Amino acid sequence: MKKLVASTVLALSVIGASAVPAAADNIKIGYVDPLSGGAASIGQIGLNQLNFIADTANKNGGINGEQVEVIGYDNQINPQTSLVQVQKAIDEGVRIIIQGNGSSVGSAIEGFVAKYNRRNPDAHIVYLNYGAIDPVMTNDNCSYWHFGFDANTNVKMAALTNFIKQRAEIKKVYLIDQDYSFGHAVADAAVSMLKEKRPDIEIVGNEFHPLVKITDFSPYIAKIKASGADTVITSNWGQDFSLLIKAAGQSGLDVNWYTYYAGAAGGPTAIKQADMSGRVFQINEGISNLGYEPAEKTAREYGARYKDAPVLFPRIFNTTAMLFKAIEAAGSQDPADFIPKLEGMKYASFSAGGDSFMRKDDHQLFQPLYISSFGPLANDKAFDEEHTGWGWNKVGEIAAKDTVVPTTCEMKRPG
Amino acid sequence: MFEILFISTINGILYGMLLFLMASGLTVIFSMMGVLNLAHASFYMLGAFFGFEITQHMGFWAGLVFAPLIVAGIGMVVERYGLRHVHRHGHVAELLFTFGLTFVIQEVVEMVWGKLPVDYRVPASLDFSAFTVFATTYPAFKMFALLVSVVIFLALLLVIRRTRIGLIVQAALSHPDMVGMLGHNVDRIFMLVFGVGVALAAVAGVIAGPVLVTQSNMAGLLGPILFVVVVVGGLGSLGGAFVASLLIGLVQTYAVAFNISLADVFGSSPLTGNVAFYLDDLWNVTVAQIAPILPYLLLVLILIFRPRGLMGTNNR
Repeated sequence: MKKLVASTVLALSVIGASAVPAAADNIKIGYVDPLSGGAASIGQIGLNQLNFIADTANKNGGINGEQVEVIGYDNQINPQTSLVQVQKAIDEGVRIIIQGNGSSVGSAIEGFVAKYNRRNPDAHIVYLNYGAIDPVMTNDNCSYWHFGFDANTNVKMAALTNFIKQRAEIKKVYLIDQDYSFGHAVADAAVSMLKEKRPDIEIVGNEFHPLVKITDFSPYIAKIKASGADTVITSNWGQDFSLLIKAAGQSGLDVNWYTYYAGAAGGPTAIKQADMSGRVFQINEGISNLGYEPAEKTAREYGARYKDAPVLFPRIFNTTAMLFKAIEAAGSQDPADFIPKLEGMKYASFSAGGDSFMRKDDHQLFQPLYISSFGPLANDKAFDEEHTGWGWNKVGEIAAKDTVVPTTCEMKRPG
Repeated sequence: MFEILFISTINGILYGMLLFLMASGLTVIFSMMGVLNLAHASFYMLGAFFGFEITQHMGFWAGLVFAPLIVAGIGMVVERYGLRHVHRHGHVAELLFTFGLTFVIQEVVEMVWGKLPVDYRVPASLDFSAFTVFATTYPAFKMFALLVSVVIFLALLLVIRRTRIGLIVQAALSHPDMVGMLGHNVDRIFMLVFGVGVALAAVAGVIAGPVLVTQSNMAGLLGPILFVVVVVGGLGSLGGAFVASLLIGLVQTYAVAFNISLADVFGSSPLTGNVAFYLDDLWNVTVAQIAPILPYLLLVLILIFRPRGLMGTNNR
């Protein structure tokens, strides 16, 4: 009897669920990033931010009156798994894919989406990439269905080397990067750009170490020290960055660090533990405490909702804001309709409202970039990182127009 | 040259001893119970997180004492109500059980402490540099880790080889019925041994936590290298694990220090055509680039040429 009641209730609830009008008009965003395993901490933060953005948009009446729905797909930061998940997302009616962690994953998705759209002329899937920055994605392998919202490695390195150019005290540079496509892209860019802009700088080391396999970085630190370097450039992220910087702190290595991802999850904690105030610099698309009220308001609201991990990636906010703007301008959530609006779009970037634009030729966003150093904050700055009490202090700013680099992209447009 | 050699040696020893600290508990459990505990690294992680939590409220030294005790308690419960029942069904069941346990522990840690790294610091009383060689400072905390490691090694050796407790425990492994007849509670002995083993893992966690990154994925990152240490040293051999830890620490550190490739030794590649196209990478890769892979290469070689490990007693 009990069983019968239970199954009846179950059956009724199933009928009840299907009786709700199908949410066909929702703007479905498929977020394909690591939600389990080692990189899950970073992937989860991205999902939190998308949920926050969707809820904010929905509270204000949605986009064109349509609700925004974010669905997370766990790709375990693996290219093969990612393609399975993208296919699954498409099957569930998603036409907007957002991903950002790992250029190997990004390249795979870019190729898959282009192929899918070619084979299914009515489908129109768009891939919005907020963080995979291997330059090949907007150069040789560029695609009409892909947009890059983070500055690619070449753009960042051009800006970083312009900053280094003005600092005469830098004489010997050591490069240490993870041994995969992204690390090599950064190292190659650094070598060629430094040679061009500051031929007097000596590159005393160009090291690659396996990705996420090292527990003890002190041998590498010993090597850096023996090389006599005064500056280290690294694109390490995650624990490869944290362990590197902690090992440096322990052995008293006296150099300045120029990084791509010191601000990513775990980085600030490690710098504070290594007690390296003012020694670690990062280049990225925005930091807190730039005194821009809309960004600070968002940061406060977000921090109140996600107290455990109050980390903001401005690139995600840029991505979705431009997406929503394009959908509103097109009056349609079909990528085929709103992609022309995204191309060439002008936009005030999230962190400080600086001018940005989406280049039509290769779908690369150009935006103001900031160089900042990590250390104690002045009294009027409200936002610290990871509850360390320290935060990012701006030391340089490069306008979008000064970050433009040429592209080799020959884009194939549909039709 | 001498400078980097000298510093590499110190770094290698320090890293090797840290490895031993982590692997000792695994060896104890294997040599005395015959159980290969795949969840060992998870207990190490629990130790780090309990150490962090207790340090917040009562200081580091309290953490160093209580965290291992708590973890030992958890370990004994796991042994009493889980492993003991699974044990009857043989080794495969044990392996699967401890393998599953790693996921359970990871999920629990993520629920309680989240996925981001926690700010677990070196205690102020040990936060100074012990000595300076060639302008490289060595933190006192690493010396402390080295000391703890050596003390644990000697203490374990003494207990197993020289005391009555060690005698009974060893006898319980090979002749459990006989030991039971003599009036000892074999089940309780195994439970205590498991507790001690995971407590050692927790000690390693409390000490390694501040040096490395205390995060919910730290177990998964460390797990494989521990098994390399134990297998290379000889399954169940404490002395072997000690030697293997040092060996792996030194090999890895020296390898990083030198940028030598086959091309440097034998000149540019003698191969031409398609073969050269595929093998050039191999010819030009430096020892430094493959350093972290070397321990696994060592593992494969040992398994082929000396399956019982450096100091193992049998081929089990």
